[in-house]
Amino acid sequence: MRNIWIIASREYKAYFSNFIAYAFTFFMLLITGIVVYNSLVISVNSFGQYPPPDVGIVIGPLMFLLVFACPAFTMRLISEEQRLGTIELLLTAPVRDWELVVGKWLGSFLFVLTNIAITFIYPLVLHWLITPGIDQGPLVSGYLGVFLVTGAFLGMGVAVSSFFSNQVASYIVTFGLIVIFWWIFGIFAQAGGAQSAIFRHLDMGSQFYDTMFQGEISLSGVVYFLSLIVGFLTLGSVSVETRRWR
Amino acid sequence: MIQVEGLTKDYGARRAIDQLSFHAEKGEILGFLGPNGAGKTTTMRILTGFMPPTAGVARVAGYDVVDQSLEVRRRVGYLPETVPLYHDLTVYEYLKFMADLRNLPEAEERVDEVLDIVHMVERADSHISSLSKGMRQRVGLAQAIIHKPEVLILDEPTIGLDPAQIIEVRNLIREIGKEKTVLLSTHILSEAQQLCNRVLIINKGRIVAEDTPSRLQARLTGSGRVTVQVKGDDHDLEKQLAKVPGVLSVSHNGIGEYEIETASGQDPRSQIAKTVVNAGVDLLELRSVGMSLEDIFMELTRDEPQPPSMSEAEPFAQTED
Repeated sequence: MRNIWIIASREYKAYFSNFIAYAFTFFMLLITGIVVYNSLVISVNSFGQYPPPDVGIVIGPLMFLLVFACPAFTMRLISEEQRLGTIELLLTAPVRDWELVVGKWLGSFLFVLTNIAITFIYPLVLHWLITPGIDQGPLVSGYLGVFLVTGAFLGMGVAVSSFFSNQVASYIVTFGLIVIFWWIFGIFAQAGGAQSAIFRHLDMGSQFYDTMFQGEISLSGVVYFLSLIVGFLTLGSVSVETRRWR
Repeated sequence: MIQVEGLTKDYGARRAIDQLSFHAEKGEILGFLGPNGAGKTTTMRILTGFMPPTAGVARVAGYDVVDQSLEVRRRVGYLPETVPLYHDLTVYEYLKFMADLRNLPEAEERVDEVLDIVHMVERADSHISSLSKGMRQRVGLAQAIIHKPEVLILDEPTIGLDPAQIIEVRNLIREIGKEKTVLLSTHILSEAQQLCNRVLIINKGRIVAEDTPSRLQARLTGSGRVTVQVKGDDHDLEKQLAKVPGVLSVSHNGIGEYEIETASGQDPRSQIAKTVVNAGVDLLELRSVGMSLEDIFMELTRDEPQPPSMSEAEPFAQTED
């Protein structure tokens, strides 16, 4: 545990001296802010009233932007260590391969959680504007869902970055993987037929939007996301381990 | 402290090291000499637990590098060839991170100590990206010794340092080598000669010689070199010299100086002198030069036949192993 924490905190701090991380954070928060502001203005102008007290107008755009931002937050993680040769330092330190991978993931997760925490301003504003205040059920379950989805995105990213020493390759492959889990599986799920039920279970989009986004916490959904995280971190650990054999 | 037996590593179809066996004891500095691609770095990477061997056994500080990798890594300090540094950190932050990863109880104190040892105290708060190559090398060395390892493995530790720093680092290695085990690779042969108790010469993944530097030299003093300086030039002289019995090779620098390599146990100097005089050129100087470690190294690691322009003599006598 100690090793995981040491690696995670080093990684967390590294984000604050990383220009790309700043840029993605800035645009993510900016665009979310603009979209939320727009929904408010449109609602007031067209209907003469505030939107329904639903956190969805924040979480919707936030989730969409995380699809693009998460690969950028993870592309550096192990790729850069390989490019700079510092991987040699970590792999000859008394740290287990999985501790390294989990530490990297945790560092990125804490950083993205920090970003997401900033977006909490918007539901607070909504809560303040709208009487009798925002729906608290969807607020809690929605943000829990965002945390879980983000964790899974970042898990994919860490695993992928262990395969590449090139950050761009790492970004593209992670992004592709996220698109498959977030959108493509959903399309297959809609297609009908016997296999569509399987795809509905695999589809991150429906796991998120059908339950947690609506204010409902389903155990199967939580288990699904946690197993995705564990699965990809295991893949990352195996990849680091096999790197030694190459 | 280090025991290696039958160590073999394949990268795909290429065999990087082939059946290496050697050992190093406590209080010993073992030098690893060899041309690029000889397998020095591969061997070091196996000993530090970075990667497992294809075959063979290696034990460091009593632990198997594959089965007890973490125990080995706790006891080994390693400075890789490309010094692994995080450019976004300051020297202090970097060393603190390494101390924490090594789980050192009083990390801050130890960081201050090693900063002092490598003379980097005044640059502790500089970003690593702003350091010169020599300073980076010293930070890398600090990282390798921060946990007072029983075994120190250094891949080209003095590369990129200025002469004063080289002397400092050598003194430091000598100091550490009194109580600990040091394995270092180097291209600088005089360094091996000065620092190491024992030298391993490795070529194409195999050990071609292993001995103390002085004994390696003594073993090959019989075979030596003769430098001949003449006045006036004769294009045929090189060929004639090569025909003298006991001469292995002749090279001509174009300004009247010939370097002649002689076979072990033979002294063809009088024959050489006669040949020169018979060729009708004036003999200015004839000097016998002993083989340095450098020559031994060249001799042992050479395996391609010399290009014809260099020598037309018979193939080189193989040094016995």
